[in-house]
Amino acid sequence: MSRRAFDSISVGEGIGPVWYPVNREMLIAYANASGDQNPIHQDEAFAKSVGLPDLIAHGMFTMAQASRVLTDFAGDPGAIIEFGTRFTKPVVVPVGPDVMLEISGVVAEKLANQRIRIDLQVTCGGVKVLGMTRAILALA
Amino acid sequence: MLSPDFVGRVYPGVGAHEIRASAIAAFADAINDDHPAYHDANAARSLGYLDVIAPPTYLVTIALSESERALADPAFGLNWSRVVHGDQRFKFNRPVVAGEVLTCETVIEAIKSVAGNDFVTTRADFMDDERTLVASAWSMLVVRGPDS
Repeated sequence: MSRRAFDSISVGEGIGPVWYPVNREMLIAYANASGDQNPIHQDEAFAKSVGLPDLIAHGMFTMAQASRVLTDFAGDPGAIIEFGTRFTKPVVVPVGPDVMLEISGVVAEKLANQRIRIDLQVTCGGVKVLGMTRAILALA
Repeated sequence: MLSPDFVGRVYPGVGAHEIRASAIAAFADAINDDHPAYHDANAARSLGYLDVIAPPTYLVTIALSESERALADPAFGLNWSRVVHGDQRFKFNRPVVAGEVLTCETVIEAIKSVAGNDFVTTRADFMDDERTLVASAWSMLVVRGPDS
């Protein structure tokens, strides 16, 4: 395992797409590991009572799924020096089969000091759920 | 509407946060990430780290409770039941490594009101035991107004 080499990468290089599942068990596990026990992510009746269509995933869970794409690409998770996103639309998680996140990316820019910018697209059922999802990676 | 007077307020954290390998592994499991650098100290060492490192979004586990404490100031008057996470950003000087102890200081960086909704941006600064900045996490929270 090693950190990816800057010289091996070209602007425009694509990443993915990959598909990652989301289900209610995962949201309970994420709530427990992260400490975010907001009931809109676990209690369907509560979520509906505040006007949501159903349970929704933690925005930070979805962001973490996007981070998997970056760390797999970089080889070394420590290569990620900036990572940001907007939470554009909720990821709705009904009872039943897994909901799928589709994540793809592109090397948008090569920067000084062996850094690159990666822009990610994150959708669920064709709906863009994250916006302006960008990371700066420091490569070898 | 939230008072812009709170911009610039600094809330010292609750103390030391020990970064445990077991908590990193549990977080990595919860995000379905089997990257060896999160689970296997030898793999992390092969990348040059002293022990397993934390995934990029791990610090939110600390930032969330710290910013909740900061924003719980009754004078601020934030209604948590109307809060939605608007955006999130991290900047790292280096990754977080298991075994270290971090402190977290929260700053209210910006407050804006647009069309009846309030937008609050907090910045959590994570410092190591030498008071060197390891990482910062910006969270923008949207407080939906009564009519939205």
